[in-house]
Amino acid sequence: MPLKRFLPLFVFAGILIAFMIGLSLKPSEIPSALIDKPVPDFSLPPLQGDGIGLSTEDLLDPENIVIVNFFASWCGPCRVEHPALELLSKLDGVKLHGIAYKDRPKNSLSFLKSLGNPYDKIGTDLKGRVAIDWGVTGTPETFIIKNGIIRYQHIGPIHQIQVEDRILPIIRNLQQEGTS
Amino acid sequence: MKFLLIPILFMTLVLNAGAIGVDKDRLQDPEQEARAQHLMKQLRCLVCQNQSIVESDAELAQDLRAIVREQISAGKTDPEIFKFMTTRYGDWVLLKPPFNSATVILWLGPIALLLVGGFLIFRTIRRKPEQDIARPLTAAEEKHLEKIIKGDNQ
Repeated sequence: MPLKRFLPLFVFAGILIAFMIGLSLKPSEIPSALIDKPVPDFSLPPLQGDGIGLSTEDLLDPENIVIVNFFASWCGPCRVEHPALELLSKLDGVKLHGIAYKDRPKNSLSFLKSLGNPYDKIGTDLKGRVAIDWGVTGTPETFIIKNGIIRYQHIGPIHQIQVEDRILPIIRNLQQEGTS
Repeated sequence: MKFLLIPILFMTLVLNAGAIGVDKDRLQDPEQEARAQHLMKQLRCLVCQNQSIVESDAELAQDLRAIVREQISAGKTDPEIFKFMTTRYGDWVLLKPPFNSATVILWLGPIALLLVGGFLIFRTIRRKPEQDIARPLTAAEEKHLEKIIKGDNQ
């Protein structure tokens, strides 16, 4: 009988917990469908000249953790995350590649000229179709890949504080994964 | 001037109809175009998130509309087109979430609540008002009563 008296309290506590969980979710962060899936098949031209700028083969590198970053010169947040990319590109055992999303190669080039080019290889996705194959919803977006498998997707700019808190631990984990 | 009202009304209707799916590169076959638009209405725009890709003018939505049209003219079936979208963007891209382990509460929750609530209401209605039911006294009570009547209630 005393339990029944507290029933409204339990119900209230249940609703409270549901709200606390529900309100802490971020609906703008779209759950990624490509985690633990192989990288999509693609081959993109370089910013300058002929041939292949970046293709699936470049991402199958067994030696390194591969990071693919979608960027554009017209994208403000891409400027914001540029220092973080510079930092990532200098790490040992990490290869950073870029895909210029719906950007005129001329503009991408001057963007990289003024800020510095952190990328090892760059592909140009003029129509944005390759980005759709990657489940990209906008720039910037960053993928961390090991052995051709996508392991992490970062939506939006990587702030410098997130490099330390989020990105580096993920990279270290992935690096240790194979050795131990 | 009144006679102009009806034509003007009809003209606005036509303008409205044209506003759905603003693309220039619609499919030639009206039947295929209708199918394309039917599919697009069920796909979420990932930039604006709570509009379908038909309603959105975001660039990504335009690209996805073009892909839906391309795949329809390439003879792809509806499930194949949905598959294309969900392998890239997950079930999130579907405005109508599929029934699976993650959405079981979403789909069955309302039914469960309705059943529980219905049961509670049913029970409340059925409950008889509390009443004193006459029952014969027990032997001990009988003795006690006798004592009271006799007047030596100790």
